[in-house]
Amino acid sequence: MAGASETIQHGLSEHSHGFGVPIQTRSERIKSIKVDDFAEISTREEQWRYIGSDELGGLDKSGLEEFSGDITASTADGVVTSWIESDHALFGSAGIPEDRVSAAGWEAAKAAYLIAIPANSSPEPSSIEIKSLVSDPSALHVIVHAAKGSQATVVLQHNGDAVLSENIEIIVDDEASLTLVSIQEWNTKSIHSSAQFAKLGRNSKFKHVVVSLGGSVVRVTPSAYFDAPGGDVSLFGLYFADAGQYLEHRIFVDHSQPNCKSRVTYKGALQGQKAHTVWVGDVLIRAAAEGTDTYELNRNLLLTDGARADSVPNLEIETGQIQGAGHASASGRFDDEQLFYLQARGIDELEARLLVVRGFLMEIVQQIGIPELEDRLAQAIENELEGTVR
Amino acid sequence: MAKLEIKNLHVSVDTDQGTKEILRGVDLVINSGETHAVMGPNGSGKSTLAYSIAGHPKYQVTKGEISLDGVNVLEMSVDERARAGLFLAMQYPVEIPGVSVSNFLRTAKTAIDGKAPALRSWIQDVRVAMENLKMDSAFTERNVNEGFSGGEKKRHEILQMELLKPKFAVLDETDSGLDVDALRVVAEGVNRIKDSNDIGVLLITHYTRILKYIKPDFVHVFVAGQIAEQGGAELAERLEAEGYDRYVNA
Repeated sequence: MAGASETIQHGLSEHSHGFGVPIQTRSERIKSIKVDDFAEISTREEQWRYIGSDELGGLDKSGLEEFSGDITASTADGVVTSWIESDHALFGSAGIPEDRVSAAGWEAAKAAYLIAIPANSSPEPSSIEIKSLVSDPSALHVIVHAAKGSQATVVLQHNGDAVLSENIEIIVDDEASLTLVSIQEWNTKSIHSSAQFAKLGRNSKFKHVVVSLGGSVVRVTPSAYFDAPGGDVSLFGLYFADAGQYLEHRIFVDHSQPNCKSRVTYKGALQGQKAHTVWVGDVLIRAAAEGTDTYELNRNLLLTDGARADSVPNLEIETGQIQGAGHASASGRFDDEQLFYLQARGIDELEARLLVVRGFLMEIVQQIGIPELEDRLAQAIENELEGTVR
Repeated sequence: MAKLEIKNLHVSVDTDQGTKEILRGVDLVINSGETHAVMGPNGSGKSTLAYSIAGHPKYQVTKGEISLDGVNVLEMSVDERARAGLFLAMQYPVEIPGVSVSNFLRTAKTAIDGKAPALRSWIQDVRVAMENLKMDSAFTERNVNEGFSGGEKKRHEILQMELLKPKFAVLDETDSGLDVDALRVVAEGVNRIKDSNDIGVLLITHYTRILKYIKPDFVHVFVAGQIAEQGGAELAERLEAEGYDRYVNA
């Protein structure tokens, strides 16, 4: 644990978490594109500690349908979208499934939807709407390729009704800079599990922004792998869970190359009975990854009683030759005293909650860098709040 | 000319040992421009009076009235009371993570006035008020009360009082935890605001030292949830010399 540090800010109480010895070291986890290589889902496994097979709508079984919804792309000049077969060189080049649901999706999706950004181009942001209207368990494979020296932003917007296992591969070539935004605004009964693998080339930059608002069960597992030294990855996320909603985010940063940097910043708000969020942040610094600089942070804001936020940072460090490694995790409550303080200054209850939640979450929204989208998400967050304020 | 009137106020709180009556019939009338000091030993109900006026949900009014210019305050929510012109400078201001002082002040001002303040004059008003209270301008970028020292918290309360321009301000032990210099700055701020806006002040304190800087027109001694004695500024001087023993052991 040399070099690990822990900071608690905001005056929030530290959340109980499993800092210390991971149940299994991350490097030993099974990787496979075959469902049968993974054991049946059980709460004994760390990945499935909080959610069971019966809540996954069949996504952990072989034989998923291929995605049959609409994918609508509005891309900038030069950015090309197409379907590619599994024998394409990019297919499987960023990552391989590390859990059963991801493998089920991989097995079932025979082709992948490719979004390709040409080398040395700087196109305007591209937006891809992934809209599903069916609730049969299905599979989708998406590949985003930012070729050498390119600079781009791609927004993936998930809407509609779905029971979907999705694999997203993100390849950031040498010297490229990519911002990928994945927004989950499903209808209330949807179940979505999305493994998002990013592979970073030499001196590349990758910014990932996950926004999970809608859906019954939403599980996003972003992972970042460094293919060469000098990579810089920032993983941001925000989630807002309402009554009965389950939102899980499991992050993995695999530092296997020297002189790479990673920052993980996830923030969540919760309100209502049985609103449940899980954040697990695994950072592995392998022996070869000298000069690594990493920090991960998760904060949760519980707006009402009856909600539960689990927050588990895990840091495994196999070399002492690093720049820095740290984490912070805290869950705080918007309590009656804070509400009283703001009300005593003339601010009504709804506006008081808006003020606090906006201040808390907008830091993440502002990472996107597309003003219209930021405004729309700010409004979506306000709608979430207004939905249940007494 | 405004009038805050408290009549036969009885207030209880729920405790683990059951409901406990803290205020047992308080009568008080405060007019614009007057300064009333409420003094008393710990546990006498001074802060309960402050919170009851502001409408904290923990305190249940079981009997009596509070009115502002004849309008029943007890039927108003906490935020309605503030918009009606009541202000409470808190003894223990809470932290509001993620909300900057500047955003908070503007939101509060907008709520109190019913419209957003004109940006340019507002920025100027905030700057001047902060200079008066010897607060650093970087202060507005910090989150509300987060990591503030005791003195900073109290200055921030008085800053709000200056900017929100209430009709009546209740200062709940604003002097506690302040060193002499900070106490002087805060007291000067209160005097300045009071004089320029003709507000009524209810100053709640355990100690007499703040009364050296803020001269009360009336002093009320609180004992066991009631006013045991009242008088002018000379009463505070007697308390300085004699303490509260005379009332507590009576």
